[in-house]
Amino acid sequence: MSDKRSRVLLVVVVLLVAFAILTYFELIYASKWLTFNELWTAISRENSVYRIVVNFNVKRVVVGLLVGGALAVSGAVMQAIFRNPMASPYILGLSSGASLGAATAMLFVATSATLMLTVPLFAFVTCMGTMLLVYGLARVGNETHMETLLLSGIAIGALLQALVSLLTYMAGDKLSDIVFWGMGNISGVSWSEIGIIIPLIITGVAVAIYYSKEINAMMMGDAHAMNLGVDVKKVRLILLIFVSMLTAAAVCFVGTIGFVGLVVPHIMRILIGPDNRTLIPISFLAGGVFLVGCDYAAHIFSQSLGVLPVGILTALIGAPYFIYLLRRRKREVGW
Amino acid sequence: MLRTKDLYYNYKEKPVLENINFELVPGEILGIIGPNGCGKTTLLGNLNKNLSPKGGCVMIRDTDLEDLKKKEIAKEIAVIPQTNEIKFSFTVREIVSMGRMPFQEAFQGESYDDIEIIDDAIQKAGISDMTERYINTMSGGERQKVIIARALAQTPKILLMDEPTLHLDISAQFDILDLISELSKKEGLTVVIVSHDLSMAARYCDRIMMIHNHGIHAMGNTEDVLTPDNMRTVFDVDAELTKDSKTGRNMVLLHGSAAKN
Repeated sequence: MSDKRSRVLLVVVVLLVAFAILTYFELIYASKWLTFNELWTAISRENSVYRIVVNFNVKRVVVGLLVGGALAVSGAVMQAIFRNPMASPYILGLSSGASLGAATAMLFVATSATLMLTVPLFAFVTCMGTMLLVYGLARVGNETHMETLLLSGIAIGALLQALVSLLTYMAGDKLSDIVFWGMGNISGVSWSEIGIIIPLIITGVAVAIYYSKEINAMMMGDAHAMNLGVDVKKVRLILLIFVSMLTAAAVCFVGTIGFVGLVVPHIMRILIGPDNRTLIPISFLAGGVFLVGCDYAAHIFSQSLGVLPVGILTALIGAPYFIYLLRRRKREVGW
Repeated sequence: MLRTKDLYYNYKEKPVLENINFELVPGEILGIIGPNGCGKTTLLGNLNKNLSPKGGCVMIRDTDLEDLKKKEIAKEIAVIPQTNEIKFSFTVREIVSMGRMPFQEAFQGESYDDIEIIDDAIQKAGISDMTERYINTMSGGERQKVIIARALAQTPKILLMDEPTLHLDISAQFDILDLISELSKKEGLTVVIVSHDLSMAARYCDRIMMIHNHGIHAMGNTEDVLTPDNMRTVFDVDAELTKDSKTGRNMVLLHGSAAKN
């Protein structure tokens, strides 16, 4: 017990230190590295040139933390309630669903005045619709087979992604915006957009934590959870709604960022165990740190490469690391 | 105690259970037996509201289960489900602790009372030496003991078991059922075991219910129910109830399929 508690504490401390260091380096990076004094001047004085730059950097850190955290929590919850290591917002097609809604809103519906509200709303509606469709397709009678769930997620995801590509193709003069957004990019989000996703993400994470004990029971199987007094159908429906909301909030202004929701909860489960009471909050923090870190790398590379979408980096880092972990740890701790 | 009144259940048009009436006797081990697909598991599901009766009702101390929340039922009735394969690396202690869930609110951790009950359950199930092991690294028999400990942590009056020995080695089958019959005697736990294994049922159960054609074909003491006639009708076997010469306990001697004799 105490061994486990100290491990959890260690992980939290490491993550917080990593977050602090990343934040500091992100803040001092303004096409060159500022010294601490220059950073202080930029923050404290009204008229500094660097003030704007620092403002941009603060935004990247905030968005990275929120979006990375939201994706990681969605992944943690989905892996648990579907009892499937491969479940994640990306694999089950939710990210594509949310993308389709957001892209539709951007291209056809929204005028610039209403864009900020219609994009997340559309993203949520299509994301939820995707979830219901995937889950409904996988359901035979009263049972949901996990393989069928993954396959229908992949199939629906591919279909939706094709629709997003079609929209992109039709985008005309908005083409570069949409393409860039589609690859996952957290540097272009405005403060008011952040103001919209913050309450959504906080609510979603809070609901996941509220039900963490029920999620633990559901990880053993529906029959086990029911016998421990969990109203499985109700709790699963509530969680699916809020996971869709989290995914939509993460995707709507930022685009599709893969592998955070798959890899982060998986690694955290290996480090601190599967108990969702600690796993969910720590996954939020870890997802945030992971995405802020990837975004910092993207930021630095952008000097030579132009603005680099962070989604490319998360996939480049996430996919091989996941394969490595799977090979090495599979037999020791299951998944 | 738990009783059913004119219980009826169907899947789509097909009736599975009709006119099921019985009452549990406190402290007994009741075996529910019948061929595959006869509705044993469906009956068990109705006894703790995992399934809701399509007709009639299930009552616990004169309250219809339909009027109780799942959480309230879980304080009285614990269930050992048919499958216990758990893929996540929970420790044994974490699994057993989940037995206290029906008694806790959200955000509430274990109280000192809870911890005492959990320790007690672990000790009674005989798994004190494996509390920090990971459930996904254990054998089927060990896992079943952990699930039994979790059920005990629910401090239930009634324990429902669905084919508790289905995927176990033969020695583990005896281990588990010895443990259950010991708990039933010591703790006064009322146990319902669904099984298709005639010999195990004969050996461990105080009473037996035989299900056939959607209804109770026979119910009562082992000797009265496991007659050659009943076993021929329900299971299509030529069999008789005898005593094991070494232990003096009931066993079923199977001569073969009824069609051939």
